[in-house]
Amino acid sequence: MRTRLTTLCCAMALASAAASGQVTPEQLLSPDTQPANWLSYSRDYSNQRHSPLDQINASNVANLKLQWVWQAHSLEKFEATPLVVNGVLYTVQAPNDVVALDAVTGRIFWTYSRQPALARTCCGRVNRGLAVLGDTLFMGTVDAHLLAIDAKNGTLLWDAPVADAAAEYSITMPPLVVRDKVYIGTAGGDLGIRGFIAAYDAKTGREVWKFHTIPGPGEAGHETWSGDSWQKGGAGVWNHGAYDPASNLVYFGTGNPAPDWDGHARLGDNLYSDSVVALDADTGRLKWHYQFTPHDELDYDSTQVPVLADIVWQGRPRKTMLWANRNGIMYVLDRVTGKFLLGKPYVEVNWMDGFDARGRPHRVPGIVPSPQGTLVRPHVHGAINWAPPAYSPRTGLFYVAHWEHSGIIAIEGQFPQSVGINTRQTTMGDVTLEPFLNNDDEARGVIRAYDPATLKPRWEYALGNITWGGMLSTAGDVVFGGGKDGYFVALDAKTGKLLWKAALGGQVNAGAMTYAVDGRQYIAIAAGTALFVFSLPQEQ
Amino acid sequence: MLAVRIAALCLLLACTPAFAQHATGSDVFSGEQAFQNYCANCHGRTGNQIANVDLGHGIFRKPYTDDELMNVVMKGIPGTPMPATPNMSAEQATQIVAYLRSRAQLKDMSAGGDALRGKALFTGKGQCSSCHRVNGDGSRRGPDLSRVGLLRTSDQLATSLLDPDSEVQPNNRSYSVTLQDGTHVDGRLLNRDVFSVQLLDSKEQLRSFVRADLRGEGFIPSPMPSVRGLFDDQELADIVQYLLSLRGSEKK
Repeated sequence: MRTRLTTLCCAMALASAAASGQVTPEQLLSPDTQPANWLSYSRDYSNQRHSPLDQINASNVANLKLQWVWQAHSLEKFEATPLVVNGVLYTVQAPNDVVALDAVTGRIFWTYSRQPALARTCCGRVNRGLAVLGDTLFMGTVDAHLLAIDAKNGTLLWDAPVADAAAEYSITMPPLVVRDKVYIGTAGGDLGIRGFIAAYDAKTGREVWKFHTIPGPGEAGHETWSGDSWQKGGAGVWNHGAYDPASNLVYFGTGNPAPDWDGHARLGDNLYSDSVVALDADTGRLKWHYQFTPHDELDYDSTQVPVLADIVWQGRPRKTMLWANRNGIMYVLDRVTGKFLLGKPYVEVNWMDGFDARGRPHRVPGIVPSPQGTLVRPHVHGAINWAPPAYSPRTGLFYVAHWEHSGIIAIEGQFPQSVGINTRQTTMGDVTLEPFLNNDDEARGVIRAYDPATLKPRWEYALGNITWGGMLSTAGDVVFGGGKDGYFVALDAKTGKLLWKAALGGQVNAGAMTYAVDGRQYIAIAAGTALFVFSLPQEQ
Repeated sequence: MLAVRIAALCLLLACTPAFAQHATGSDVFSGEQAFQNYCANCHGRTGNQIANVDLGHGIFRKPYTDDELMNVVMKGIPGTPMPATPNMSAEQATQIVAYLRSRAQLKDMSAGGDALRGKALFTGKGQCSSCHRVNGDGSRRGPDLSRVGLLRTSDQLATSLLDPDSEVQPNNRSYSVTLQDGTHVDGRLLNRDVFSVQLLDSKEQLRSFVRADLRGEGFIPSPMPSVRGLFDDQELADIVQYLLSLRGSEKK
């Protein structure tokens, strides 16, 4: 009995030492001090999805072997990027179960089960991932709650209702955590919500501030909405944001204005739909915004993840934001001031033909939805939709998986119709390998490496089909991607040469990530309804 | 063929009432699961949600034999809201009856207890929070008790307090592994397969071990001490009352 008491006291002392939690705000600010871990959706606040791990590199990646598979008990698309904290992998089983797995063996530690209320989502009851701070995981739910879950045992710590699911609000995005706050927005922009970004106290779940992506009466920008259209004007926020510690700004891309394909009822630019907004992280005050698609009538959400990169711009170092947009244009912005530096179509685009000096696109007359139908490029699903790109500070290249040569017939007030020999719609990703067959020159997927200084492609790898998959870059100079045809590929980061591939039997609808445990590097990718983890064979 | 099947069915039905009278612990356990699945929706978790019926204490509308009770469980009571459950097997109905019979013999261990006094015992004299967590406070080494009032009955709680090792839920079992260097790691067993074992160790870390690398491993008794001798009957009732009051965080 005495022994037991001694053990107990010992354990208590250790437990209290660990009480501050395993993931500190400082670690989230400097993830390179934690190269083995993957502590946020994109690993770091810049969303570069670039890991300093280099055990797996261009010379040995061809030897990658499957280590384990975890099968989700879900028929939904697997869009989540896992987190790894000190050998424990956390991910989401759609819609809103959380699992903790041993990152080496894939065996389960615990499952948190959640039955979200019936909520209407535009494009599946999906979830793109978690955030972590201390010993707490954070998840948004499809019925628009923000949850805090104990990372050690899967217990619910707090449950904050962010918005009303009955009013078409839902959450599919990974939360962003900076210092003591959790930032979250909601989807539902196609269903007539009024979008917002809100900051919550990580400890208590109390709302700290809320920024409406559609200004209310008396606020600047309100005049860009005719009549009462602002009240249900959309501009949802449904993908991960970025954070710049130097300027203390959080950045989020915003979704389309509603109704999607008929702008008559909402005349004006419809700020801040299809924009990037830069907000003071402490107060939520708007510092700057840039609108990619003013008065959008083609559903060109700008909810891609902002990629922050320090590059040499016209001979001088510049803090930029790189953005491959759904509207077919790639952008370089100054992330401190919001200044438009460069914009260029990266796929076939017919709705605009240039910019004014401040970066406002010049619209091509007549390329709007019409009663008889108008051919519009790119496709309603975009040159890219939401999948995260990557940036390598080693190669200085911006890696984007996207669609080439896509288009649709836009009819006023209706969901656009496909063009080509296959006029059925492609859904927003799927788990199966059912192909999307079209004309050879129509809607194919590519992975391209772009030079951010010029936005010219340096190399291209052609995928067999369109893609909803994201990118991963590593210090081993390998980039990883995939697509609808269910192949997961490793490419030479400098040349785009195919180095390795695996047929995963289901669509790749997420971005890959990498981590290390006990000095061994692993690569994880979700495909179909399962998570696959690869590593190099261990030396005997 | 059909005749054979019917005969077999009759035989099965004829045999089954004997199960209820000689129910095993496993029958009672399965019966509880089936009760919670099929019956608790209307009757409530403890079986007292419908007026004049308290299934948890053997109070029915009239005295039923085991056979009659099985019949009610499977076929319902015509003319009342009690429905038939066509997809229930005779075996399941037997187990439910066994469970209800076992419930009737239990007394309410929280009677006369005071939840506030129980809470003080929980954090004070009992030192329960050195292993258990309630709404985010306390250690994670033992089971989180934030919702235990929704999951356990008063007699189950009293049993766990008095004889912690007598019935441990599979996900709360204690396990110890011995590493090659002789270090012991004890913890709550979360998962085990042919090749690996996963624990939440006593330092609240999620740990995974390759079994081939271990020098030894195995189940160990629950580290929870009994409150026998520590708490008197009143204190036991107080703490059970407190545990029954734990039904999840206020902020939902």
